[in-house]
Amino acid sequence: MGKDISIKVCMGTGGIAAGGVEVMSAFDTAFSAAGITASVEKNCSMHKVGCRGFCARDVLVDVSVNGSKATYEYIKADMVERIVQEHIVEGNPVNEWLVKDDYHTFHDKQVKVVLSDCGEVDPEEIDSYIGREGYEAIKKVLTSMSPEETTKVIEEAGLRGRGGGGFPTAVKWQMALRAPGPVKYLICNADEGDPGAFMDRSVVEGNPHALIEGMIIGAYAIGAPYGYVYIRAEYPLAVERLYRSLQQARERGFLGKNILGSGFDFDIKVKLGAGAFVCGEETALIASIEGKRGMPRAKPPFPVQRGLWGKPTIINNVETLANVPYIVRKGAAWYAGFGTDKSKGTKVFALTGKIQNSGLIEVPMGIPLKEIVYDIGGGIEGGRKLKAVQTGGPSGGCIPAAMVDTTMDYESLARVGSIMGSGGMVVLDETDCMVDVAKYFLHFTESESCGKCVPCRVGTKRLLEILNRITEGRGREGDMDLLAELSTDVKTSSLCGLGQGAPNPILSTLKHYRDEYEAHIYEKRCPAGVCKDLLTYSVLEEFCKGCMACIRVCPAGAIVGEKKQPHRIVQDICIKCGACFETCKFKAVKKG
Amino acid sequence: MEEQLEGIVTRHRENEGNIISILQDIENEFGYLREDAIYWVSERLDIPPAKFYGVATFYAQFHLKPKGKNVITACCGTACHVKGSERLINSLVKELDIPPGEDTSEDLRFTVEKVNCVGACSIAPVIIVNKAVHGKVSPDKLMKEIKGLKAGASKN
Repeated sequence: MGKDISIKVCMGTGGIAAGGVEVMSAFDTAFSAAGITASVEKNCSMHKVGCRGFCARDVLVDVSVNGSKATYEYIKADMVERIVQEHIVEGNPVNEWLVKDDYHTFHDKQVKVVLSDCGEVDPEEIDSYIGREGYEAIKKVLTSMSPEETTKVIEEAGLRGRGGGGFPTAVKWQMALRAPGPVKYLICNADEGDPGAFMDRSVVEGNPHALIEGMIIGAYAIGAPYGYVYIRAEYPLAVERLYRSLQQARERGFLGKNILGSGFDFDIKVKLGAGAFVCGEETALIASIEGKRGMPRAKPPFPVQRGLWGKPTIINNVETLANVPYIVRKGAAWYAGFGTDKSKGTKVFALTGKIQNSGLIEVPMGIPLKEIVYDIGGGIEGGRKLKAVQTGGPSGGCIPAAMVDTTMDYESLARVGSIMGSGGMVVLDETDCMVDVAKYFLHFTESESCGKCVPCRVGTKRLLEILNRITEGRGREGDMDLLAELSTDVKTSSLCGLGQGAPNPILSTLKHYRDEYEAHIYEKRCPAGVCKDLLTYSVLEEFCKGCMACIRVCPAGAIVGEKKQPHRIVQDICIKCGACFETCKFKAVKKG
Repeated sequence: MEEQLEGIVTRHRENEGNIISILQDIENEFGYLREDAIYWVSERLDIPPAKFYGVATFYAQFHLKPKGKNVITACCGTACHVKGSERLINSLVKELDIPPGEDTSEDLRFTVEKVNCVGACSIAPVIIVNKAVHGKVSPDKLMKEIKGLKAGASKN
């Protein structure tokens, strides 16, 4: 008797990097091998799916036989044959390769709205999305709702901009609807430039049709005939899937003239960003779509008054728009049921850094940070201690371990000196130096500053110089006060969000980790052992077995010694890369 | 060259393209922004070359110098940074003889470039070797890959 079989292979960027393509073709080969085809003749489907969040365990493979699903982790192509033989042909899942309990704890506290179909639908097949009620929302809107009624639903759901600002989406839409003239633009900002964030990439890679449907609904609500997706060129897979999905949506009449016979016209163009973080700022993004240098301008006039090509324009983030079809389909009350009073719904975070279970997660707003770190994230990697969680990217701040009870909503994060941002969440442990983290972000904002306004152009440069000298052991008395003062100046007088947010990593680390700054400046010491210029490596002779492993990995040739004799590090040649420290199995290399 | 540029210009005339999209196509076609190509397009469209130069130097994606045959991209996102991307970059630069202040080796075999974030943070640190994404890269693993590439490149 034939079986109903479905195979889903995770093929986001993470899945492909782990060998997803090879796993897919291994299934193909295994299925066409003699004997198998005959026993599974009926209804065998194989799909690539987008990111299901737990990228650290890739390649993840779902195998469903007659509706009973099992998920495998860390799958490589050479493991496929056994899965096919034992699980599919003989009916006994390969237990040792199945996901373990932590896969379930990773998912237990999550609430998936935007990501509910990621990892389920085949992102390259429109029918797969339609099969899960996709494009039902746009049918409902175009056949039974006015633009005002549509916006009303979003207002009642309490949806706020997920790109970082948290501005109420419905208010933006109402202003755009009231703006005069027939030509308006809806832009989706998919230029996810925050280092440490990949929420938007995963949505576009995993479920591009939800974004497209959200954009059509948004465009209808504001009366815009034209839409743009401004997406990073660094996301080739997302771009490719987006183009394909737009074409499919056009073929099915969801885009173009007279959509579904409603008389409403709307189509979407894709613009590739060329790699400038500042283009996340609305007016800079608009300049970039117009083909200019992406530099922001003073507001007002706001884009909703004078935007792209001088016409009323609104810009929404990917996650915001991808929420819309689900809200319309399931109702405002359902969505508003998640989250807190002021921050409703769910939020997607990219949980990365020194965390056990790193990946993409979606949680109800207002969840305590500690549940994210310890329950979903499974605690800190290698059993080390949590030091801080950095949220909000280069404009955000660090939440120290002592404040791990902080809840994740716009208001609470602002109170502890950080921001929600677009959802990057980098976990830091005791081996991370907070001055180095601040320096990392300032290096980023300094090089990404567009140069238009003086406070940001010159201010970030001076801030970085001070941090550089502190981490290089040349810190001076008064540097901390200077940092604080200059940070406040840059924050209050910069033209756009980039400059206004740039000092946040300094201010928040100064506030919570003053002692680390002091150790660098006064004792010329980096407590976490990160800042190279303040470190020396030496061999502890009593532990050294003379195995020569460190001599082999030293890129500078700075370690000398004979086999089975204690080695020695020549300090003048040592470049302090730490390779010996990590290689030594006997803990014979001392850092300090 | 002219034939390819003619194609690019026509395509963008039809699709309301702009300076950025033209530059992106030139970069794709030739691997970098050839000076003679920019002058040619500038004359053809009657847009001053300074406009092209202004846009080209603003965005990180554009290169004014030719890239190497093998392009190795190191992610410098926050997650990669805390997981040691700097060390990977240092070893790449050393192993591939990239001159200080440059990103391409003198024999044009290798380019090492840094990007802000490729959005694959959960498999940090990430290195992209000729468009193939490698996750959880250790210095050893990277050197093996590079030595293989070097051997392959010298055969050609």
